[in-house]
Amino acid sequence: MFRSINWFKFASPASFYPVAGHLIPWFAVPAALLAAVGLWLGLVVAPTDAQQGDAYRIIFIHVPAAWMSMFLYLVMAAWCAASLTFNARLASMMAQALAPTGAMFTVVALWTGALWGRPAWGTYWAWDARMTSELILLFLYLGYMALRHAIDEPRRADRASAVLALVGAINVPIIYFSVRWWNTLHQGATVSLTSAPKMASIMLVAMLLMSFAAWFYAIAVTLIRVRAIILERERRTTWAGDLAGAAR
Amino acid sequence: MNLADFFAMGGYGFYVWGSYAVTAALIAVETVLVRWRLRSAREAIRASEQR
Repeated sequence: MFRSINWFKFASPASFYPVAGHLIPWFAVPAALLAAVGLWLGLVVAPTDAQQGDAYRIIFIHVPAAWMSMFLYLVMAAWCAASLTFNARLASMMAQALAPTGAMFTVVALWTGALWGRPAWGTYWAWDARMTSELILLFLYLGYMALRHAIDEPRRADRASAVLALVGAINVPIIYFSVRWWNTLHQGATVSLTSAPKMASIMLVAMLLMSFAAWFYAIAVTLIRVRAIILERERRTTWAGDLAGAAR
Repeated sequence: MNLADFFAMGGYGFYVWGSYAVTAALIAVETVLVRWRLRSAREAIRASEQR
């Protein structure tokens, strides 16, 4: 006898709310463990770089944060596309929940980039293609959130902000390829799928662990936020009242 | 390696710890804010039910 899972069931906020609640620890705990090991490898075990001294250790947060800033934008844009296509509330809520975390990682990428740029290049900031397009990414996140905030009717806010997010998605490949397309102060890709990594393996392992930690953290915090958003937006329904009354 | 060397980061302590401290602070703030948001959403619903 077949027992199939009806995946569309989970596309409704009412049934996703408890699922998200159960998933959170499965991402939060690995995030903390991965970060602990990654920090220990990156700050204690990995040797000092011959050229850059210990300043290079900023890489263990800079690169994961920069990756996450771009990746989360693409995920957000994908949810926006899904919300426009299927007119699904949960997709809009997921996009809405991702934006602040994406913006946070963009700020981290810019901040750590500035603090790394000073010892490496002698300047905190330059208007080169990589840095300028990453700054535009921050404005896209902030613009998305501001637009949502400015429209009172949630379904209209969903559609308008989804269009903004989708148009802005063109900026992500611009960021990614900026170091190839333009002559930038920023260096080229440190890690690529097509060539051997240009860094020692212990450094690479530490950076990948920090990247996975950032990934798990982003999922955990997004799931908590989407639960809050579900309750905020569905508060007039009876099930939302039942869920808010329950312990979890 | 002693602790003073670790914090000095070969003279780059300001840049390295400035990066790590601000990142840690942002993550801490986001974690607190998002939990507040969930809690206040729950409380708003409970408050409206009691009316």
